[in-house]
Amino acid sequence: MAEGAPMLEVADIATFYGRAQVLDGVSFSVAPGEVVALLGRNGAGKTTTLKSIIGLVPPRAGRVTFRGQEITGWPSYRIARAGLGYVPEERRIFTQLTVAENLEVGRQPPREGAVGWSEDALFELFPNLAERRGNLGKALSGGEQQMLTIARTLMGNPALVLLDEPSEGIAPVIVAQMARAVRRLKAEGLTVVLSEQNLAFARAVADRAVILDHGRVRFDDSFAALDARPEVRDAHLSVSGA
Amino acid sequence: MGLILAQLLTGLANAGALFMVASGLSLIFGVTRIVNFAHGSFYMLGAYVGYSLMQVLPGAVGFWGAILLSGLVVGLIGALVEVIVLRRVYAAPELFQLVATFGVILVVQDLALAIWGPTDLLGPRAPGLRGVVRVMGEPVPQYDLALIAITPVVALALWYLIARTRVGVLVRAATQDREMVAALGVNQRWLFTGTFFLGCALAGLGGALQLPKGGADLLMDFTILAQVFVVVVIGGMGSLPGALLASVLISVLNVFGVSYLPQSTLVLMYVVMVAVLMWRPFGLLGRAEVAGELGQVGAPEEPIRPAGWPIRATVAAALAVLAALPFWGSPFSVVLATDILIFCLFAASLHMLIGLGGLVSFGHAAFWGGGAYVAALLVARLDVPMEVAMLAAPVGAGLAALAVGWIALRASGVYFAMLTLAFAQLLWSLVLQWGAVTGGDDGIVGVWPADWASGNTAYFYLALALSVGGILALRHMAHAPLGYALRAARDAPLRAEATGLHTRRLQLVAFALAGTLAGLAGGLFVFSKGSVFPNELEISRSFDALIVVFLGGVKTLSGGWVGGAVFESAEDLLTRFAFWRLTLGLLIIAVVIVAPEGIVGAARGLARRAGLTRDADPAREDAR
Amino acid sequence: MTPILEVRDLSRHFGAIRAVDGVSFRLAPGEMLALIGPNGAGKSTCFDMLMGQTDPTSGQVLLDGRDISGWPARRVWRAGVGRTFQVTATYGSMRVVENVQTALMSHHRRSFAAWPRFRRLYRDEAMALLEQVGMADQAGRPAAVLAYGDLKRLDLAMALAHGPRLLLMDEPTAGMAPAERAALMELTAGIVARQGMAVLFTEHDMEAVFGHAHRVLVLNRGEIIADGPPEAIRADARVQEVYLGGGAEALAAEARDG
Repeated sequence: MAEGAPMLEVADIATFYGRAQVLDGVSFSVAPGEVVALLGRNGAGKTTTLKSIIGLVPPRAGRVTFRGQEITGWPSYRIARAGLGYVPEERRIFTQLTVAENLEVGRQPPREGAVGWSEDALFELFPNLAERRGNLGKALSGGEQQMLTIARTLMGNPALVLLDEPSEGIAPVIVAQMARAVRRLKAEGLTVVLSEQNLAFARAVADRAVILDHGRVRFDDSFAALDARPEVRDAHLSVSGA
Repeated sequence: MGLILAQLLTGLANAGALFMVASGLSLIFGVTRIVNFAHGSFYMLGAYVGYSLMQVLPGAVGFWGAILLSGLVVGLIGALVEVIVLRRVYAAPELFQLVATFGVILVVQDLALAIWGPTDLLGPRAPGLRGVVRVMGEPVPQYDLALIAITPVVALALWYLIARTRVGVLVRAATQDREMVAALGVNQRWLFTGTFFLGCALAGLGGALQLPKGGADLLMDFTILAQVFVVVVIGGMGSLPGALLASVLISVLNVFGVSYLPQSTLVLMYVVMVAVLMWRPFGLLGRAEVAGELGQVGAPEEPIRPAGWPIRATVAAALAVLAALPFWGSPFSVVLATDILIFCLFAASLHMLIGLGGLVSFGHAAFWGGGAYVAALLVARLDVPMEVAMLAAPVGAGLAALAVGWIALRASGVYFAMLTLAFAQLLWSLVLQWGAVTGGDDGIVGVWPADWASGNTAYFYLALALSVGGILALRHMAHAPLGYALRAARDAPLRAEATGLHTRRLQLVAFALAGTLAGLAGGLFVFSKGSVFPNELEISRSFDALIVVFLGGVKTLSGGWVGGAVFESAEDLLTRFAFWRLTLGLLIIAVVIVAPEGIVGAARGLARRAGLTRDADPAREDAR
Repeated sequence: MTPILEVRDLSRHFGAIRAVDGVSFRLAPGEMLALIGPNGAGKSTCFDMLMGQTDPTSGQVLLDGRDISGWPARRVWRAGVGRTFQVTATYGSMRVVENVQTALMSHHRRSFAAWPRFRRLYRDEAMALLEQVGMADQAGRPAAVLAYGDLKRLDLAMALAHGPRLLLMDEPTAGMAPAERAALMELTAGIVARQGMAVLFTEHDMEAVFGHAHRVLVLNRGEIIADGPPEAIRADARVQEVYLGGGAEALAAEARDG
């Protein structure tokens, strides 16, 4: 891990949906500029971890600290304004709004210590969207919708982006574009936490793997270290474990 | 030809105010999911505030300035109400907040009465627009033409705001996915307050604009509310173009109705509404929406159990004291107790529907008034004896409920509620306008009980037997398989269907049963008063029952009749004083905020804390 | 042996999306069949079609040789199919035993009865079912206060109320603590062995799948890509591929070039 204070620190959070406990003491930290992949099978707690950080499903125990400030229990909009961007899974774009309007919802004033994104810069990053600027969200293809969710969040000029399953349900050629986009974000200096089921995608974009299973962190190290321990992979990611 | 054109123009002119109020209601519902019953009150405030401003502001500039200022003032009042009252009850599920907005209606009514007095105010005419214009030989008021010009301007401005500005983008985004908007850094609280401001400002503007045509009076809140509901439902909840389309449709329909079908204008409006909803359950331009929870708030409902002997003994003792009322109370108290008993049965029937079935109806007065009219018609027109009429009232109302429920249950949540309202209004308009049979506005009088029941005391015992019997029957049903099956269908519909329960049919049975008992209450009512008028079928009567049920406590078995008894008594007590509506309204708002579980729910919580009752969970009880 | 359940070429399309595309399989009495696959593979849609909660676009579902495709859920249940839910669906306003009584009442076709006292109806039968899933000691508690694992067991008791021939379980162990997971699967396996019913379950917990399934079906993009005993599935290269992600070479090349 890079030296200095971490950008994001998740300490021992426990999160429930009603009575069902999904996270059972998850801890990890992310250094500035780092890309971390949360890996694990369905139901392992990846999405819930991201929702806990952004405050949509606040944890019942534990702490979340962002740039040295504790944000646990804050309403989502305050967390977002503090510079945490959230890209949901299943492409929750506003289908009745145009591409440009979707971007407008995400727009926030530029903030110190973060990349300032304009609509034009985003259209350069996602050229497909530029052509569809005036189209309604519902008219976009799955891949375009996925790009729009990312672009929309970037309009808020976040310092850190939470990406939930960016490669889920899109065609392989779009997956490659998505990987390029994530690496571009890193190059721009953004910190990224993404949840993934696709190990190949995670390996292509991330610096570090955090593996979740049954609501707990089972592994937290580089991909090289993960390759050295196939039993971890088998136990928590593939179908061969048991 | 000229006449038709002139009428068309009148219709378009009338559509203006209707559209402004409807679009405001629609906007507020779209963003906050609150059905704002008080929206008619903001319209009324707009008219009154406009009237006062026009008195002090001179000339044409003053006139138009007053209209704009009225919108602003009413918008600010709306925002204030949102911040003070509604912010506290957002956590409550859909349809619960409307109780608070109902409290606001009462408060506004009395404030308007206190400030502007009981006399209808005649609106000043617009300076420079006092004459008429001849259109193909027919006279058309100049002000109508001005309204026809203004409405598109307002619609366009609203369209610009919603379609072209950042605020509009946020409003539309929030209508679709509030959570996502928050996750993108938008503060929902201010978005909600802003939406309330805008929606109420539109209502105020509409109220002020129609001053020269209609003036200001204390009844205009409910009058417009009925029409606005029709417009919003026909156009589609949350759709502004839908609101415009439906406003024009309804206004034009009304004008032509008055000329060509003077006996059935209102009926026509509601027939159109029912027809549209049967064809498109979400309105002309509305989108299908997943309904929210139904009147359930806070902690999950506790399992029910038969009352223990202390409660049974208390209730038996109370009933004995009540039964002895003619011996210890004044003659007036006997009449009052009869009224309260009958209302309790009405409230209990709706409470069963909401509490066990999870079905919130906005139109339960259809069956109360329907039962009353069935009995009254049989007696007055066919000379049927009271005993037969009293039996026919619940049967007739039950059959009507079966028919209405069959159609309305195709929708759920707020759309179900709106459909029941539509049918109630349809029935009301039929009774009002089919004067040859129903007596119209004059109602039906001279419906007196049979000789044996004609004394106040005898009738009190009849009401006591039937109301208490009905309430006990409902209570028994809650403890029978049907009651459990209904709660199953409400708690987890998928699970219920996946264990063989026909949820829709169960709900239909509950709806018909609720209608039957409301009809019985209506039958009792008509013989106690000797007469019935169309207002027994009105929206406000439906709301009375609805509010009482929520305030009594939805998640308790006795919330219906307790709420009915408390509020009927409170109303009787308060109506002796000036400004009783203000007090009652504030009381309702206070209960909503302080005791969202209702009176019975709050009482139960207190009793438990005092150690008077057992915990519903034996495990927790053991741990004590 | 005639299968209890036979699925023939079952498909469900949403517009251009083929959520389930030509799925066929059979299920024999006493067999526990696991249906696995990554998110969005079509498991839930498949499940909903079997239970009558979604109509198939084409294909058939045969229960004991009888075509039940397109039947509403309540009729499928009466034909002898029970199901448990991923997010438990129990009646929160009732006590534990009353939840089971409600299912029994429906089975005995008395849900419209307005006269008898519910409390006394089928109480013994309900207690026996609760005994079977180890919940008898909690019979009097409100369902709303149960721990999640106990809710899952109650859900199972309700699904078993009418002695089903076929039991469908949607992620039976989701949200449970690890120790509870094993217990629930063992409980289910025991009931299957005793009663000879068939079980089809979806699951993400590989211990539950490989520890208890007799056979495993793997679904990907709406199609079955593998069907066989657990050991064969574990060794299947294609299954590994869909679980760990496709296009690995292309992405690796991207990573080098980028």
